[in-house]
Amino acid sequence: MIEVRFFATLREGRGKITQVPAEEASTAADLLRRFDIAAEEVAILLINGFHSKPEDAVKDGDVISLFPPVGGG
Amino acid sequence: MSDAYYEKIARINLTTGEIKVEPLDLEVAKKFIGGRGLGTKILYDEGVATVDPLSPENKLVYITGPMTGSNSPSSGRYMVVTKSPLTGMIACANSGGIWGAKLKFAGWDALIVEGQAPDWCYLNIVDDKIEILDAREYLGVLSEELDDKLKEKHGADCSVLNIGPAGEKQVLLAAVMNDKDRAAGRSGTGAVMGSKKLKAIVVKATRKQLDVIADVEALKEANKRALKIIADNGVTGQGLRALGTAVLVNIINGIGALPTKNWQESYCPTADQFSGETLAEKYLKKPGACYHCPIACGRVINHGDKVVGGPEYEPLWAYGSDCGNDDLYTIDECNRLCNEYGLDAIGVPCTIAAAMELYQRGYIKEEDCAGVPLEWGSKEALVEWTKRMGDPETELDWLMSSGSARLCEHYGHPEYSMSVKKQEIPAYDARAIQGIGINYATANCGAAHVRGYMISPEVLGLPQQLDRTVTTDKAAWAKTFQDLTAVIDSMGNCLFTSFALGAQEYADLLNAATGTTWTVEQLLEIGDRIYNIERMFNKAAGMKPEDDRLPKRLLEEPITNGPSKGMLSQLPLTLPEYYAARGWVNAFPTDETLKKLGLDECVGK
Repeated sequence: MIEVRFFATLREGRGKITQVPAEEASTAADLLRRFDIAAEEVAILLINGFHSKPEDAVKDGDVISLFPPVGGG
Repeated sequence: MSDAYYEKIARINLTTGEIKVEPLDLEVAKKFIGGRGLGTKILYDEGVATVDPLSPENKLVYITGPMTGSNSPSSGRYMVVTKSPLTGMIACANSGGIWGAKLKFAGWDALIVEGQAPDWCYLNIVDDKIEILDAREYLGVLSEELDDKLKEKHGADCSVLNIGPAGEKQVLLAAVMNDKDRAAGRSGTGAVMGSKKLKAIVVKATRKQLDVIADVEALKEANKRALKIIADNGVTGQGLRALGTAVLVNIINGIGALPTKNWQESYCPTADQFSGETLAEKYLKKPGACYHCPIACGRVINHGDKVVGGPEYEPLWAYGSDCGNDDLYTIDECNRLCNEYGLDAIGVPCTIAAAMELYQRGYIKEEDCAGVPLEWGSKEALVEWTKRMGDPETELDWLMSSGSARLCEHYGHPEYSMSVKKQEIPAYDARAIQGIGINYATANCGAAHVRGYMISPEVLGLPQQLDRTVTTDKAAWAKTFQDLTAVIDSMGNCLFTSFALGAQEYADLLNAATGTTWTVEQLLEIGDRIYNIERMFNKAAGMKPEDDRLPKRLLEEPITNGPSKGMLSQLPLTLPEYYAARGWVNAFPTDETLKKLGLDECVGK
């Protein structure tokens, strides 16, 4: 399974966390499509805690974290 | 006057009661912009670097920038510049709200407070009139309550800056508070106010806007462009308003850089319980904004039967994972207590975290804790020790209120103080994010995130995404961020505008307001000049090259858990690169560098 974690406004209508069977996504972009998230809505995409791009591959056991544009200090 | 300065400084000697009006040297002002830059220049020239920070010889400069009170975005900033009793070096604590704008509207670029009052007093400023009034009846009054009392007395249209009990007792982690929940929080500026027996400064102004702009039309245009960029930017247009800085809890935890249990761990599995998302869901009443701010990152929250200022990311982290706690209500309460007692909401919880590690390791004994053991995650301990640090009585209360460096030194284990230059490190693990460590090590005010916020490029991808794990080019980035930050601070705009605005926008705003013609390159050189005069202040104050350091834990103990497990700070690689970029040798500017920056007054010192 691949774990997808949603944050900030991306939680609206999607909840906080979900599992996707690994065979149903080969890249992060597949996951974005599955959850109806446009690439430009995602400012930070982490795969296992490291900044990644939608075209990057995902595999069984990965944790994907999705954040909209946010800042702070 | 048509250059965004009122060209007037009040020098208030509390020992003699004398109040002098001095003209602003416009040439010097423009060379250092104002605010942080000009404040440091004044203190450097007046020899404050070598005085005892809590003696009458120290001076407090409350200073605005040329943009403070203007219609430019997020322009309510003022700064308290002084010699820090916490670090023994330069302090420049920056705050928002509306107090700074009102000081400017009253016609003052800065107040310089000197000496020590014979008894507790406060200043009452109404336009060009300043009087020193008796504050004895307000002794011991909490910060927010005092704000109400002084408004009752002087009118609801005044703005109040004050210290709480912590500042009165010269607690080294005491903040200067204004407008109830805004804080010039760091480096112990509140203790300096306390040492002068100055409880508050009330400001009222007839003027409602800045009416000394060099080119009104040009500023209108520059403002319009800047506001559009801010509105169109996802961070400043929507993100910060929706979730505040608190949104960082989950992001920083997500990359494994959320210090936990005094940095023994860097990932907290229950972080979502004290995140921005949870804060918004459970307690947020509405976003809060400082003077003329389109961003509105502030949090106004429901707290029991009260409505109070809510926590920023820093106290959420520091009272949260850093103390092994995930109870959000307790964090809200501790944050409120910091505001009421007038305490640095970073330094205090980080010191509690250090004390909890000393307790864990058996150096602080249960019998030292006066009934409230310093156990990880104890809600009672967080609340009670915050109060004790705000109004210390016992030996341990006093030790803790002096910050983690002094506390850990006392127990013979300075390595458990996560501080630089005796100031506690903010909420980003420098082992997992290489560039921020350069900034922590070299910030002139001691560890700070807001001197060169490398989290922008290394985590948030602004203005572009850098790989947080590598050291390549980080020294040059850190220097540029530090220089631009010095400019923005000195202008009197909020640093958060820089999530959207670039150096060109700041040049356009400043040039329109002051009539200067700075290019971006010249503006960054001013930032460099400010950074260097701060460093020369520190040199005169006795700073040593080894003060540009990080705690041993960050250099020698790899991260123990989470996505960044195994990482260490590579500061030994980046620090020499940083010094080379600055034109420094052994932590200090060469004479050649000083001459190039027009700091002839520092040459040979």
